Amino acid sequence: MELIGSGRLRLATVWLGGCSGCHMSFLDLDEYLLELSQAADLVYGPFVDAKEFPAGVDVALVEGAVTNRANLAMAGIIRQRSRTVISFGDCAITGNVTAMRNLLTVAETLDPFRCDGEASPAFDYAAVPQLLPRALPLHQVIPVDGYIPGCPPGPDRIRAAIECMLRGEPVHLAPGMLTFG
Amino acid sequence: MPVITLTIDDELISGREGETLLQVIKEHGISLPTLCHMEGLSERGGCRLCIVEVAGSPRPLPACTTPAREGMVVRTRSERLENYRRMLVELMLAERNHYCAVCVSIGHCELQRVAAEMGVDHVRYEYLSPKLTMDLSHERFGLDHNRCILCTRCVRVCDEIEGVHTWDISGRGVKSRIIADLNRSWRESGTCTSCGKCVQVCPTGALFLKGAVVGEMVKDPTMLARVLEGREKKEWEG
Repeated sequence: MELIGSGRLRLATVWLGGCSGCHMSFLDLDEYLLELSQAADLVYGPFVDAKEFPAGVDVALVEGAVTNRANLAMAGIIRQRSRTVISFGDCAITGNVTAMRNLLTVAETLDPFRCDGEASPAFDYAAVPQLLPRALPLHQVIPVDGYIPGCPPGPDRIRAAIECMLRGEPVHLAPGMLTFG
Repeated sequence: MPVITLTIDDELISGREGETLLQVIKEHGISLPTLCHMEGLSERGGCRLCIVEVAGSPRPLPACTTPAREGMVVRTRSERLENYRRMLVELMLAERNHYCAVCVSIGHCELQRVAAEMGVDHVRYEYLSPKLTMDLSHERFGLDHNRCILCTRCVRVCDEIEGVHTWDISGRGVKSRIIADLNRSWRESGTCTSCGKCVQVCPTGALFLKGAVVGEMVKDPTMLARVLEGREKKEWEG
């Protein structure tokens, strides 16, 4: 893979409809993060103060299912501005726990948060993005180039995947690193 | 039993008449993925993961229900077979609600293991997300239809080894469900002996011991062999 930047990987991580467990696991890379910082620039993600997803991203690790309109719009932007998009963790790959609401309708999902048919005072539904009818795996919304399964994926898996990307290769994980859950 | 000779993956190998292709293939150290097959139970040919190509047959055949015959030419690996096997596993994952992260059998699940071995890193099909129930009426065991892949190991072990035939399948196709007796709750079943054999042979988290939490349901696949060996040696006859 030819890098977009000046020989350093422009890496983005995104948190859609997930619990951030995948990002916590990313932090569990511990001292490898120092090594990674020599080879990559983290240009977007919950760990950095970038307001807008930038253009010219080499690799985007996307955590979480596509569960509301904001996620859907973001997925489109990620695909447009990234050379390689990786589904990061089970929610992005299968929907996982986020998609457990797919057994219900949107109204049934929201009902417990309403009081007498009205939105609970704790929730301002005008400000909360509208739920899609179903929480979807990322690859059902945009083309995805690679997958890191796990809930969350262990740091060994994340590191193996990142090393593939740093070598300019597609993500390829051994069977032992492919289990869901 | 008379010896037969057949060609498997370009190698001449021998087997015994009356054996299935799966038996011959396994005896020669070739591994094939299986889910509905279990040593000691009758074969069903349901999961189709052990499909092989047999010269003269336009479609792949399940090795577990195909008798080995003299002169057969068999291929256990090909791009077509790998594609079909992967599709089958993906369809199993898409048909019900396999939320592995919150399953009692995570880390000990045969479906999970087989999927990983086949390189299933995502499912290409739309998840059906059916609204399924659980039967927690039994004092010691639970049945979660969300995890069931309809391999019928439970049905067969109950019928063939325990000899009571509590379990059966109702419905057809995607609406198939494991039922106790004539669709009673497990607790109300008049035939269940609470032996737990069905729980031990279930490849996923569909049948489990109550009280097991995520990842705790470790099954004992050697249980069936021990029971059969004990019977063979008449260990429990007074």
